[in-house]
Amino acid sequence: MTAPSPDGYIGRSVPRREDRRLLLGDGSYVADLVLPGMVHAAFARSQLAHARIVSVDFARAMDEPGAAFALGGAELAGEMPPIGGMQVTAPKGWADRVDHRITLPPQNLMASDRVRYVGEAFAVVCADSRYAAEDAVEAIDAEFEPLAAVVDPEAAASPGAEIVHPDIGTNAVAELYVEKGDVAAAMAAAPHRVRRRFRHHRYAAMPLECRGVAAEYDRRTDSLTVWSSTQVVHWVRKELAFALGMAEEKIRVLAPDVGGGFGGKGHVYPEDLIIPYLARRIGRPVRWVEDRHEHILNAAHSRDNIHDAEIGFDDTGRILAFRDDFIVDSGAYSPVGAGVAYNTTAHLLGPYHVDNFAGGTAVVVTNKTPNAPYRGAGRPEAVQVTERLMDIVADTLGMEPAEVRLRNMIGPERMPYEVGLPYRDGVPMTYDSGDYPASLRRAIEEIGGVEAFRERQDKARAEGRYLGLGLGCYTEGTGVGPFEGATVKVDASGKIVVSTGACPIGQGHETVFAQVTADAWKVPIEDVVVLLADTSTLTMGYGSIASRSTVTSSAAIGDASDKVKAKVLAVAAALLEASEADLELRDGKVAVKGVPEMSVTLREVAAAAAPGWLSRRPEGSEAGLEATSYYEPPTVTWAYASNAAIVEVEPDTGRVLVERYVEVHDAGRLVNPGLADGQVKGGLVQGLGGALYESIEYDEAGQLLTGSFADYLLPTAAETPPIEVVHMETPTPLNPLGVKGLGEGGAIAPPVVIANAVTDALKPFGVEFNTLPIRWQDVRAAFDPAE
Amino acid sequence: MKPPRFDYRAPQGLDEALDLLADSGPDARILAGGQSLVPALNFRLARPSVLIDINGVAELAGIDDQGDRVVIGAMTRQREIEVSEDVARAVPLLHEATRYVAHLPIRTRGTVGGSIANADPAAEDPAVAAALDATMVCRSRRGERRIAAGGFFVDVLTTALEPDEMLVAVEFPRIPSGAGAAFAEISRRDGDFALAGVAAQIALTNGRVTDARIAACGLGPAPLRFRNAEEILLDSACETEAIEAACDAVAASSDPHDDVHASAAYRRQLAAAMARRALNAAHTRAGVAA
Ligand SMILES: Cc1cc2nc3c(=O)[nH]c(=O)nc-3n(C[C@H](O)[C@H](O)[C@H](O)COP(=O)(O)OP(=O)(O)OC[C@H]3O[C@@H](n4cnc5c(N)ncnc54)[C@H](O)[C@@H]3O)c2cc1C
Repeated sequence: MTAPSPDGYIGRSVPRREDRRLLLGDGSYVADLVLPGMVHAAFARSQLAHARIVSVDFARAMDEPGAAFALGGAELAGEMPPIGGMQVTAPKGWADRVDHRITLPPQNLMASDRVRYVGEAFAVVCADSRYAAEDAVEAIDAEFEPLAAVVDPEAAASPGAEIVHPDIGTNAVAELYVEKGDVAAAMAAAPHRVRRRFRHHRYAAMPLECRGVAAEYDRRTDSLTVWSSTQVVHWVRKELAFALGMAEEKIRVLAPDVGGGFGGKGHVYPEDLIIPYLARRIGRPVRWVEDRHEHILNAAHSRDNIHDAEIGFDDTGRILAFRDDFIVDSGAYSPVGAGVAYNTTAHLLGPYHVDNFAGGTAVVVTNKTPNAPYRGAGRPEAVQVTERLMDIVADTLGMEPAEVRLRNMIGPERMPYEVGLPYRDGVPMTYDSGDYPASLRRAIEEIGGVEAFRERQDKARAEGRYLGLGLGCYTEGTGVGPFEGATVKVDASGKIVVSTGACPIGQGHETVFAQVTADAWKVPIEDVVVLLADTSTLTMGYGSIASRSTVTSSAAIGDASDKVKAKVLAVAAALLEASEADLELRDGKVAVKGVPEMSVTLREVAAAAAPGWLSRRPEGSEAGLEATSYYEPPTVTWAYASNAAIVEVEPDTGRVLVERYVEVHDAGRLVNPGLADGQVKGGLVQGLGGALYESIEYDEAGQLLTGSFADYLLPTAAETPPIEVVHMETPTPLNPLGVKGLGEGGAIAPPVVIANAVTDALKPFGVEFNTLPIRWQDVRAAFDPAE
Repeated sequence: MKPPRFDYRAPQGLDEALDLLADSGPDARILAGGQSLVPALNFRLARPSVLIDINGVAELAGIDDQGDRVVIGAMTRQREIEVSEDVARAVPLLHEATRYVAHLPIRTRGTVGGSIANADPAAEDPAVAAALDATMVCRSRRGERRIAAGGFFVDVLTTALEPDEMLVAVEFPRIPSGAGAAFAEISRRDGDFALAGVAAQIALTNGRVTDARIAACGLGPAPLRFRNAEEILLDSACETEAIEAACDAVAASSDPHDDVHASAAYRRQLAAAMARRALNAAHTRAGVAA
């Protein structure tokens, strides 16, 4: 129990209210659902990267014991439209300002005539158990005619390449270009120019719980209930209603407990639509639980960019021009459109003032698993480019990397700062608040100072030991629109019941929104009920992606609360025969200011406001205490951070040991500092995984080489270095609470921070680490004299 | 990731287990700790007709210090090795190597017999067996065979065991007095299979090497024993030049493979690095023991 405090709950590390059930084993996930008569689905997935489907025969499969139903992609394509309507559309302000050509391929729910990546489903079987379903899948006789696999994205975009989607006619399915200033002229005039190629590899969200969908169809009411391990229940419902031709209100989508998502569950997948379809078609509940191999094979991958960047600067390290042209390897489809690609462009300038900039992008399809956002969503790639370049500029001029950064940073006196590019919501990017140089100075101070480190580094080198210091700074647009909904009611018991479109995946939403609501209503937090991730509790919602829920749901809750509070005060004024202006909310009551004994409880107010013979609401007012708000943020709030890390590399093995990692992070006002700290730290560990361990690898034939956790290496506690997070709290003026998003931040910088640190450690050998992940064998090779 | 259908048998005695094995044909598989076999089943890489679970066969477990050697029953858990003072004293190489096997929960299930019968080229227990020339005690209904490590490990996941044979125990010779042992390994993450691991045991008399044993995991299709490197060290005082020459020999005689985690060339570099660490540590410990 957390006692109500006169200062409220916001800003306190209130313990997570969801932990009790989770720690007692009372949590429930899709895989825990057992429905009467339920069958288990297993998918037949392509073992070839690119092939024409010649035939699919289920005769032997249906002879397997327990097999109940089988369906191929061609038949399904006749029943359900491809996923397409859900591509995040381009807002006008963006479309007017960014040159673009976008022809994204539609994705059939299952491959019907052609498979386009290893793992793409071409058939599904339902059986009495998952074991039986897998046996039946093995007994499907499918014949394929192999086509050349398109694996290398650069080759894919070249003339003569095999085309992944013949209807589109090119593998470069989207091209974007945006410019500010005159980059060509400024580059030509710059005293110094450097060009580099950077590669950010493919890795992906690896939640502890893989994906899963269960569905039950009720013939009597012609309605569907769908449980999905997703971050976007309302989006799933919208696509389902469209694909099945049903009213949205006939479909209830809910996410039970979800064991992590990290963006990987942040869009609608074919299985979200296929499983409910099957439940309706065969009249039995159907459950599909993705196993780890399937997850690595088929759930969206991420990152996977190649950048060719050039930067022009003067003798003092001042950046004069910056141009980056990059390719995004989108895999076979593009589930969320070109949004991630543009997000990379929008984050290239980071905390720096640069007058002349251009970003050009080609989104290229290949025969690999589709690419979609994963924690960071395009930003780690951008930050890799910019922050490596900062170090390269420093190296070229013989300056300290920190000095180059500070020289180019936007100071607090320039806030709000107009960047000169549109954000992907179409609004001109404006950094709203913060002190970027202060965050960098603080990070350096926390790591022990640059001079002290250089002394240590020199001493260590004399002993044959190699230490490196790496820095990395970024800005992050968070809390993106278009909207989020919330319904707030005071029910007959006097409790405040809040429902919103946020879908928790481990962040502690129930706790955070209870804090926000308790403060809005001045009630003990125990009197707040929070309902999440259930379409039956809210008409329109958006979901938890893009570091947005604390920003957008809190604002919607605040707005809806204001509407209900106005009514509560009106009813209470009638009950107390007082003027509304003399009333205040206090301790779960409405009281006359200065006269605490003159009060009514919220329960009494609720009874008075109810419809019926006993109603005592003021003449003319509507019955009930309930309101819904849809908050449409003006644009994103800008979080930012500075990072510093010290590494040591072992000369005989190339092993990289991270000695310490510091991030100074500013997400505005923190609703729950403990949870905020956990969010940032978790992200940092994922970023370190991306820097040093995690990598999805394909061979030349498009075969996945890292299909299990034996080969896809997640960092464990043993690989996690000491991490310190310092929180600065500069409230944003964009929303009433002053909050910015922080779900993704941690994951953004570590790849480049470690790359910078390793490059610094190996400075005597003049080797740059511009390709991720950082492989020990490349580090080891740096010690060998060049051939 | 669900296994295909199989029959399951759980014999309670060794003779019963050997009968089942003899009668079930070549597609039967023994289930020990299951830490390698169960993942293989789930990936449908292993498709046995019958699983013969020997966890209930009591006579297969236990550590028996017989003086000149230590006999370890096949079903002895790797965790028991890790916490055994007898093993730490008598076969310190096995004791130290065990800490590099997987993670603690896995070691509480995984068995010495399972690891050696599985013969994963990157596994530690086979490398220790190769270094010390341990004896594999193999039984079938037809009788007992005692196979020295040199003849036991054949290839990747392949041993000299016949389909009806079970590994019942492994005999490790006691470390001679005046000898030191060390195991050095590098893996991508803590608990992963080795990129390169080197087992070394050196005996000194008056500062001169009288016995040297060097073997490795992760550096070839089976555990490798490096006789050439051992020769280099024999009669030396383990001066830097001798150790470096031995490390070069280890790298040169390694036969590593390329995969997503490391190139063969890099593994060879690691072979030398791990050999250097293991030999230096073993030499230092031998000096202390002498
Ligand atoms: C995440 C993870 C990490 C791991 N890391 C390592 C590591 O770093 N180093 C390492 O060495 N191992 C590692 N392992 C493997 C683990 O140590 C296994 O326990 C061991 O290799 C096999 O032992 P087991 O008792 O589990 O055998 P099982 O899995 O039960 O059996 C393995 C094979 O041996 C056969 N077999 C078992 N016992 C006998 C017997 N008595 N006679 C004949 N045949 C038999 C089985 O039929 C099967 O083919 C790891 C495992 C996991 C899951």
